Amino acid sequence: MSGLILKNGYVYDPLNGIKGEKMDICIENGKIVEEVSDAKVIDCSGKVVMPGGVEIHSHLAGGKVNVGRMLRPEDHLKNVYPKTKLTRAANGYSTPSTFLTGYLYAKLGYTTAFTAALPPLMARHTHEELHDIPMLDKGALTLMGNNWFIMRYLKRGDVELAAAFVAWLLKAVKGYAIKVVNPGGGEAWGWGRDVRSLDDPVPHFDITPREIISGLVKVNEMLALPHSIHLHANNLGRVGNFATTLETMQVPNGTKPARERQVLQLTHAQFHSYGGDSWKNFASEAESIAKAVNSNENVIIDIGQVVFGDTTTMTADGPMEYYLSSLTGLKWANKNIELETSPGVTPFVYSKRSPVSAVQWAVGLELALHINDAWKVLLTTDHPNGAPFFKYPTIIAWLMSSKYREETMKEVHSAAQKNTTLATIDREYDFYEIATITRAGQAKSLGIQETKGHLGVGADADVAVYDINPEEIDPSRDYKLIEEKFARTSYTIKGGEIVVKDGEIVKVVQGKTLYIDARVDESLEREVMRDIDYYFKRFYSVNLANYPVQEVYLTNPTPVQIDATNVR
Amino acid sequence: MQRYTDVICSFCGTLCDDIEVVVEDNKIVDVKHACRIGTAKFLASNDYEHRLLKPMVRKNGKLVEVSLDEAIEEAARILKDATKPLLYGWSSTSCEAHSVGVELAEELGGVIDNTTTVCHGPSVLAIHDAGYISCTLGEVKNRADLIIYWGANPMHGHPRHLSRYSIFPRGYFRERGQQDRELIVIDVRKTDTAKIANKFIKVNYGEDYELISALRKVVNGGELREESVAGVPREEIIALAEKMKNAQFGVLFFGMGLTQSYGRHRNIDNAINLVRDLNAHTKFVIMAMRGHYNVTGFNEVLSWQAGFPYAVDFGRGYAWYNPGETTANDVLQRGECDAALIIASDPVSHFPRKSIEHLARIPFIAIDIHPTPTTQLADVVIPSAIAGIEVEGTAYRMDAVPLRLRKVKEPPEGVLSDVEILRRILARVRGEEALTAKAEVAK
Ligand code: SF4
Ligand SMILES: [Zn+2]
Repeated sequence: MSGLILKNGYVYDPLNGIKGEKMDICIENGKIVEEVSDAKVIDCSGKVVMPGGVEIHSHLAGGKVNVGRMLRPEDHLKNVYPKTKLTRAANGYSTPSTFLTGYLYAKLGYTTAFTAALPPLMARHTHEELHDIPMLDKGALTLMGNNWFIMRYLKRGDVELAAAFVAWLLKAVKGYAIKVVNPGGGEAWGWGRDVRSLDDPVPHFDITPREIISGLVKVNEMLALPHSIHLHANNLGRVGNFATTLETMQVPNGTKPARERQVLQLTHAQFHSYGGDSWKNFASEAESIAKAVNSNENVIIDIGQVVFGDTTTMTADGPMEYYLSSLTGLKWANKNIELETSPGVTPFVYSKRSPVSAVQWAVGLELALHINDAWKVLLTTDHPNGAPFFKYPTIIAWLMSSKYREETMKEVHSAAQKNTTLATIDREYDFYEIATITRAGQAKSLGIQETKGHLGVGADADVAVYDINPEEIDPSRDYKLIEEKFARTSYTIKGGEIVVKDGEIVKVVQGKTLYIDARVDESLEREVMRDIDYYFKRFYSVNLANYPVQEVYLTNPTPVQIDATNVR
Repeated sequence: MQRYTDVICSFCGTLCDDIEVVVEDNKIVDVKHACRIGTAKFLASNDYEHRLLKPMVRKNGKLVEVSLDEAIEEAARILKDATKPLLYGWSSTSCEAHSVGVELAEELGGVIDNTTTVCHGPSVLAIHDAGYISCTLGEVKNRADLIIYWGANPMHGHPRHLSRYSIFPRGYFRERGQQDRELIVIDVRKTDTAKIANKFIKVNYGEDYELISALRKVVNGGELREESVAGVPREEIIALAEKMKNAQFGVLFFGMGLTQSYGRHRNIDNAINLVRDLNAHTKFVIMAMRGHYNVTGFNEVLSWQAGFPYAVDFGRGYAWYNPGETTANDVLQRGECDAALIIASDPVSHFPRKSIEHLARIPFIAIDIHPTPTTQLADVVIPSAIAGIEVEGTAYRMDAVPLRLRKVKEPPEGVLSDVEILRRILARVRGEEALTAKAEVAK
């Protein structure tokens, strides 16, 4: 493979502190290198060069996404792309087909993406879909907040056994991180119930959400996993839920991270920052949440921004999806998964005329603008919950232009004016901050910053080149141009190969699949295997031998080795 | 002698994964834990007399043995020459085969459909309208105290469903197994499953919809004025509705008695909404009793690759879905397809006469394990290995839990997997070099 030189672009590389300097980026054998002799030169003058985008939370693949597809054939009759010589037939708007998911991310300049919620028993399905998503390196956040083994170990105070179980589970299902969704609520939903506060006991398990969260934080740091725990807090989408969120952020207080990162990622914080006590006085509490994030070293958020339009909501938060579908009366899918979790799916329309949608839209932007340090904010829409991921360029434009926000505010229900602080904020993001919240911050949070999210020597050669001249374009004024240019790269380079040129796919590639291979102490492992064996024989509907996902399901399987033998 | 444990039975949608198989000299000599029909499938793999072993092509009206390369070449020619080929079957093979099938259909601009079209197609349509409130089978085992089979007779169709997942097993919250649960069967006749039920409710033929509506009325607090509905007395309906509301965890399994009787997808739509109504009072779920072991897997693969669960027409270059238009029988009966590829299915035995008449008129390829009326009528016949016995692969249980099928013995000499056969056809359709035997199955 001959090399590439990206010549003379304006480089934004926050992990290396590079703020729009004119530089050349050299690529050889899929890596960023100091210099390269035999290389094709790409003229990037007048263009923005950033590391390839990193998606940290998107419902890309798996049972729940496919239930969304089956639930909504109407979603696949729009956004249709016929087969070409290079690309497969592709379709879907809020639940794009696997192929389309890969193509669309690549066109946005994204080169890595993590799927937000892998239910262990259904892991093989998630990996089958990931297998069929081209263009991206991939990984899966693994659902554990309602897992029977974990709840039982933590209740007994057996944090070490819980850690050994987590290590086993991640390896068995080829997962990457600990995802916690409505801790305790998923199990309660097995009886049609929910938990509504951090101290509500989980039926029959006699453990509280607070204990589950603090226990899993401990486990995560004991194993020193690359990512922190990734928490979808209790009471998602409920009026007045900000109080629960504030309390949740305190739970890991005093915990020291085992790596250079947060100990808690509060995911899609937008859905957790609501005030008021009824839908009538529904209001933003984004400022309180932002304040708490500003003063808390342990916590970062991803936004979960809402963009107006039709979408499909899907989470492992079964009771929430039921609640939402009973508000809208729209069709509803649910799937309780034995011993593990309980996802649900229902369509939703964020309407500009709805006061609630208008406030939700403002809340996400307020969070991003009130949190001072861009490293504590990650851009997500919780695809497809707030909006499909390909709306990112619109959100980027809103963040870069207060004028654009004002313009939009005029079109939406006045609740966005009255019940939020958005109209009072002048702050505008610059390109460096945009690069931080779309790639560098994600890579750091995921613990993959050695090879991803930057353009220093030794990084994977994943690069996005945008046709934006930062010396000529004023994002504050030219926001429409920003929106347009971030939607299709001039070049996307994946592993040193040009995969997108001028917004079109020019090469289809298969990425890597990252998973955690953590080794724990042998006697601890033996002990946990005895429990696993006992539970599988009695309570699972599949045999233990048929549970682990074989490596054949993964494209370019890439285990991340962790030595956790000191846990005992 | 080789003993295999944790083998998956690739026969019905119960997809039992606890089978033990003993193999000697590439023959299965013992099968443990499987039911009668599952055991029969395993043992039948020994019987080469009733297997398809040699590829055949019809010449001068007669099927004659040919080399595999010639059969592949002829299959590719037939498909390439067609304007709109139909690719049908799929429910008894692996997801890896489905995946190549979708790519082939896309390449050809053809129609791809599976047996959903003749079994749970109405359930899929109902899901589009109403949703699907379900769970995995282990949830039923651990929690369910009320189990209802409606228009389904698992004693015959899914023999181990009752013992593995629903009424008999002990579960975490149902320590005493059967004693902690109640079984109700609703059907038009007293089936063998009904005979072991705590209660059998006989519904008039074709009046399931009315009975579901009556139950919904009572569940939602309405007053039932009729003396009886669908042949069921008022008191019984009220008692059943109350029982459903008061269950801690109830499950409604439904079969083709509900999908293929008068009302079809409207029955299922109504049943899903009954379960939704019940969720205002307690925990209740619903599940389709899928028949073929991997009918579910096909719906999954096609959904993630093409956006729709069955009946997809790639004629426009992208996926078009319109059941009633793009479904196999409709395509055949309108005489719209001018060639076909039938895989792991025997439509000649099961499709309506009008469909078969058209199939007989057009050139078509059959890929299967055994000779069937369909392979007898085909123009190209390609024998294949048995997924789950002779080759690995993936299958989805009726509750969409995916399992890895195991290989316990070698296929007959020269016989390839469905995946490999389809890959070779696809390569030839694209005009690529013929693949060699070395091009192994990637996953
Ligand atoms: S119930 Fe079905 S899957 Fe289980 S052994 Fe019998 S035929 Fe096989
Ligand atoms: Zn999410």
